[in-house]
Amino acid sequence: MASGSAAPALQTSGSRAPLRARLSEFWFRHRSLIGFLFILPWFAGFIIFDLMPFVYNLYLSFTDYQIGTIGAPPWIGLENYAEIFIKDKLFSKSLYNTVYYLGFSVPLKLLFAFFIALLLNMRVRGMQLYRTLFYVPSVVPLVAATVIFAGLLNTRYGLFNQLFALVGITPVRWLSSPDWIKPSLIILSLWGFGGQMIIFLAGLQSIPDDLYEAVAIDGGNSWHRLRHITVPLMTPTIFFNLLIGVIGGFQVFTQVFIMLDVNGGPLQSGLVFMLHVYNKAFRDFEFGYAAALSAILFSIIFVLTVALVYTSNRWVFYGDGEEDNT
Amino acid sequence: MIQNPKAKLIRQVFVYAILTVGAVVMMVPLLWTVSTSLKTRDKVSIRRLELIPDPVAFENYPNLFEIRPIGKYTRNTLIIVAASLFGALVPCTLAGYAFARIPFPGRQYLFGILLATMMLPYVVRIIPLFLFFDEIGWTRTFGPLVLPRILGHNAFYIFLYRQFFRGIPNEIYDSARIDGCSEFGVWWRIFMPMSRPVIAAVSIFAFEFAWNDFLNPLIYLGSNQELWTLALGLNALKGFEGSDSSLNMVMTFSMLMIVPMLAVFYFGQKHLITGVTASGSLKG
Repeated sequence: MASGSAAPALQTSGSRAPLRARLSEFWFRHRSLIGFLFILPWFAGFIIFDLMPFVYNLYLSFTDYQIGTIGAPPWIGLENYAEIFIKDKLFSKSLYNTVYYLGFSVPLKLLFAFFIALLLNMRVRGMQLYRTLFYVPSVVPLVAATVIFAGLLNTRYGLFNQLFALVGITPVRWLSSPDWIKPSLIILSLWGFGGQMIIFLAGLQSIPDDLYEAVAIDGGNSWHRLRHITVPLMTPTIFFNLLIGVIGGFQVFTQVFIMLDVNGGPLQSGLVFMLHVYNKAFRDFEFGYAAALSAILFSIIFVLTVALVYTSNRWVFYGDGEEDNT
Repeated sequence: MIQNPKAKLIRQVFVYAILTVGAVVMMVPLLWTVSTSLKTRDKVSIRRLELIPDPVAFENYPNLFEIRPIGKYTRNTLIIVAASLFGALVPCTLAGYAFARIPFPGRQYLFGILLATMMLPYVVRIIPLFLFFDEIGWTRTFGPLVLPRILGHNAFYIFLYRQFFRGIPNEIYDSARIDGCSEFGVWWRIFMPMSRPVIAAVSIFAFEFAWNDFLNPLIYLGSNQELWTLALGLNALKGFEGSDSSLNMVMTFSMLMIVPMLAVFYFGQKHLITGVTASGSLKG
């Protein structure tokens, strides 16, 4: 700050308090200003990277914006959407592939994670070692995990088929047969269940012992403990992981892009929705069309999220005075 | 909880059996990766299973640095990681602090927006963002990868901080303010030092997401090999020479990506769980 501008300000106010103290008094009086200042970077990011792109994507989806389009892209109304729903065979194909993938991957991952967390919570010896071993794969960067599984699933010298050969099972063409591509992707996703397992384990460990003791006093067995204490108390965590899993599952991309070609493997049986969007936008440069695809995927995710949240109060236990309902 | 000791023993055996088999299955892909990364080229393509390579080809590691610019990839990746860490440490904590402690008009609405953006899928923003960065001439540069991160554009981190900061007793905040500490001072001298677990947890996430990011580098840096990250480099090596016989080098490269990540988690694991659960983020 230039001292020249500060000095007259001091004189006009007639105060002898040092600048520092007066500054802090100013900030004290205008606390909300500091609040705004502190959230400013986030808010700027929200406008530039969330709000504007979101609105612009909707606009783009009604235009025929392609590479080389100069000035405002031509407005074509619902044409992109009509083409997607009527002509685009890859739309339904990629949507089917994605739903297939997440329909298996998300619940299986949750199940594995919950089951192993339950076992680890049984005061087993060497729990920390087991926990680490189950958790480590989920730390492996996705790109690395994908190339590792591409190797493991290699038809000729991948480990899977080598092990199959040992016990006399005919080799499976994991990544080159249309039937096995989606199972391969699901297997890869299951390898990373450790992240959710850790969250479940932390949740399980925070359940107070006296709740279990109460069940025991009432003559309940371990099934009753699981059914009436553990599962209800864990429903918020399960719900949170389900939601994140579904939102993420719809946007699966990296694994498929790396493991298969841009067409999603033979018969496009691995073409997931995000890959279709990527191809339309960054390979064919049909940005308007791709924006319409994105908007549709967004709507699907949005409706599902709302539906999940809406139905969640039927099965998710949030404590606080809702005991009667459960 | 009176139990038949025999039934208890059987159950114990079952639990340990499942855990042990499960842990082995989980570790096999990693062991195979280590093993393959130490195989000579001709050993990769034999059909027979060979877990301990003979001979052990340690030279794969120095060789990888010769056939691929690993140093450059690492530097490029670390630039993005650094931006991500800065964003997670400064703007995100400030925003989390404001949402937790400073009353300002419209705070709850803005916080609602923050929560909503956590649910906003990337797919619906990716194309406009690309066109925007293309318009200002930033494609093929680090700009699109670094700017959002420096601004701390991550609602999830802010949310975690906010939850943690709310758990810090009011008395601490009040007494610091009465002693003449500014908001900035409270944030820096009191809240930041008290929040090590959540800061560690968020930093690990920030490191992980930047280190692993594939889609963004692919879109923005894909055509500029000078700025390729490790993830892009590994993906390119995958199809190296168009044959699977370089599988050993692919696994060597994978190891280079995995080991730093494991180190980060190893040193941070203590905080990771405390940080996330203490934030109560999972209870809404």
